[in-house]
Amino acid sequence: MHTDDRSAMRAKFAPPTETPRHSGMSRRSLLATAALLITTTGATAKVVTKVLPWRPNEAYPVTPVVPGGWLFFTADEAAVVDAIIDRLIPADELGPGAKDSGVTTFIDRQLTGPYGGHDWLYMKGPFATNPLPTQGLQSPLTPRQQYRQGLAALAAYCKANFGGRSFVDLSGEDKDKLLAGMEKGDIKFEGFSSRMLFNAVHTNTMEGFFADPIYGGNKDMAGWKLIGFPGVRYDFRDVIDNPNKPYTLPPVSLQGQPAWGVR
Amino acid sequence: MVRRLPRKDVAIVGLGWTGSIMALELCRSGLDVVAIERGPWRDTATDFNIGTAPDELRYAVRHDIFLRTRQETLTMRNNSSQTALPIRRWGSFLPGNGVGGAGSHWNGQTWRFLPDDFRLRSKMIERYGEGIMPEGNQIQDWPMSYDELEPFYDKFEYVLGISGKAGNIKGQTQAGGNPFEGSRERDYPTPPMKQGYSQELFMKAAAGMGLHPFPRPSANLSSAYTNPYGCSMAPCTYCGFCERFGCSNYSKSSPQTCVLPALVREPNFEARTECEVTKVTLSGDGKMATGVVYVDANGEEWEQPADLVLLCAYGLFNVRLMLLSGIGKPYDAGTGEGVVGRNYAYQTGSGATAFFDNVNFNPFAAAGSLGAALDDYNSDNFDHGPHGFVGGASITNAYTNGRPIMYRPTPRGTPTWGSAWKKAVRETYQRVTNVGAQGSVMSYRANYLDLDPTYKDELGRPLMRMTFDYQPNEIKMANWMAERCEAIAKAMGAKTTQINRLNTPWNVVPYQSTHNTGGTVTGSDPKTSVLNRYLQSWDVPNVFVMGASTFPQNAGYNPTGTVGALTYWALDAIQKKYLKSPGALVQQ
Repeated sequence: MHTDDRSAMRAKFAPPTETPRHSGMSRRSLLATAALLITTTGATAKVVTKVLPWRPNEAYPVTPVVPGGWLFFTADEAAVVDAIIDRLIPADELGPGAKDSGVTTFIDRQLTGPYGGHDWLYMKGPFATNPLPTQGLQSPLTPRQQYRQGLAALAAYCKANFGGRSFVDLSGEDKDKLLAGMEKGDIKFEGFSSRMLFNAVHTNTMEGFFADPIYGGNKDMAGWKLIGFPGVRYDFRDVIDNPNKPYTLPPVSLQGQPAWGVR
Repeated sequence: MVRRLPRKDVAIVGLGWTGSIMALELCRSGLDVVAIERGPWRDTATDFNIGTAPDELRYAVRHDIFLRTRQETLTMRNNSSQTALPIRRWGSFLPGNGVGGAGSHWNGQTWRFLPDDFRLRSKMIERYGEGIMPEGNQIQDWPMSYDELEPFYDKFEYVLGISGKAGNIKGQTQAGGNPFEGSRERDYPTPPMKQGYSQELFMKAAAGMGLHPFPRPSANLSSAYTNPYGCSMAPCTYCGFCERFGCSNYSKSSPQTCVLPALVREPNFEARTECEVTKVTLSGDGKMATGVVYVDANGEEWEQPADLVLLCAYGLFNVRLMLLSGIGKPYDAGTGEGVVGRNYAYQTGSGATAFFDNVNFNPFAAAGSLGAALDDYNSDNFDHGPHGFVGGASITNAYTNGRPIMYRPTPRGTPTWGSAWKKAVRETYQRVTNVGAQGSVMSYRANYLDLDPTYKDELGRPLMRMTFDYQPNEIKMANWMAERCEAIAKAMGAKTTQINRLNTPWNVVPYQSTHNTGGTVTGSDPKTSVLNRYLQSWDVPNVFVMGASTFPQNAGYNPTGTVGALTYWALDAIQKKYLKSPGALVQQ
């Protein structure tokens, strides 16, 4: 059914196997139950009448990702993802890259949540074999399936074309050539679209590098520092009042700044 | 087994802008009102909390508060020779879900359409002759005039507290406002927002070219405001989390900030959330609605009898509910007959990207409606004769945000990854701005909505099918506008510019605009409209339909101002005429 209550929706957003740092989830489930009122009419519905259904301190935070280990990837898969994203956003003189910024952890945790299963999307068939380019996403494969099958196809391709080696062991130049071919769709994997794998990793890498660090990537706000995005500072009236001036304050995330210590 | 509930005077489908306004006003008229909303209740303090709200991944990218396509989606194709497929992930437009609807996650650009927009067909033919009308068009005049709607635009703007500068008060042009706008009775309730450095350059350059820039009307409030319903709002802090987000600061006008606090205090109001209306029920002869049927959060089905049924869902879903309920004759593109689903229209987006040297535009200091605009090329404010198209666009220089997952522009031709990309993304962020044209789309025989023959929703009902593409008139108009935008960008002092022509065919993937219009259009003739001039169904007079699905074709503006004005206009007719003598307000 589509009518999951919102606490269930929120709970699905975070990886289920992690311990919430805020005790919000169970409390919200309780509230959701309390909101199921039996009306005077006898109908079971979430009814709002006479007062706003609002309680002090009620909010719906996400569960912060705790780095360490893999919830979806195997160790081999994670090593290959690390190696790919290290080419997509390399560490260089401009600062850390995707690998050092926790982006593999970000992707791993995203894949275990509702995004990884396309849980919120319309996934009924029939699935067209030849959709128009204007019709967008039409594959029955969820992100989890794309990664599992795509990384296996990449491993098989590398083994067959690079003398039994893994992607991880290729030279930087070979990795870049292969990724460029995947991006264009010129590289043909056995049984899987190389372009689909590239697009999945590229999209998720950009998300992880620039999303709030609460999701496991963008460690120390490296992505935000790269471009000068100040994060969630909330009030920029001073910037509007001082046009064309460089912004000098460091970024702030949903959990504050590292310098402020662990909350 | 459908169980029947006790009768209510009014059943409202959807609790966004139009539903909440209707509910409040009709409760105050003494009626018992139930609003049935398929999404959850949403409130500023809980759902748009400052500690959780500014989260780009969750809201802007993963679409946390939007309708999920698993709940309902549409199928799409560009023309009727193709097979439509479901929109599995929202892209081009983003329908809302839950209390507040799209009114909680909009940007807040709150325009009035121009007087000419309401009599577009007559005006174009009078000035240019039949020859200018595009092939296959179904452009029609609105059945009400700008002057008739003016008091209701005013009412909506004062409920929202819109920040702006009038350009025309009682026929007198006002310096600093939009000189092309229709005459208004009084100025906006709050002064315009402050503008950023880029808008400073835009206004100066445009004025230097003889154009007429002004700060655009904004539902992100420039100052504290208490509206006629007693709801208080706080000044905007330019945090840059407006569209796709709820406002945590009570600064963005929304049903949550402007209507619901007053509405819930009405003793004869009740909202039922997480309840999906599946159809409007009709009397045996099909001439009267008897109520609505809905499915609650436990999957149980209920019939809610009501004397008056108001469809206040997002426009597209009002169209689908009419089709599923069998109200009005469905449009048949083959014969051109029928009306429900007819005249679906959209908007064009085109413009120019401008790259500067040595500037700090600080794009993150932004708001959904921050920006300067000009109307010199909108509607019929310029001579269309030499160009051979109808319609126009509002041209804007604006930053709605600098959120980096989605906003990190690079010049065309930049690699998409690697150190070269990294360097480009860093160097470009502060020194790029955009001059954009939001253009009208006319209605055509070929663009329409009907029920899909193949794909069904979770409840087994057919999805609605959208058949749409940009027609030659729109492509010509939008690309001409892109050149105007580029000329302004150059005059602003850009080092290099890139022209952004209209992307064709229409593609569901990149976000373009949630300004879907038509499908249940208002008109003077039941053969070419679903609703009369009071937004009342021609066929079932105790059904009224609100929202942009009532527009006969789309203008070069954001639609919400006009949606709000039409709501108060229809409400006025319901209160003053319909409740005294229920029945058709316009005789056929």
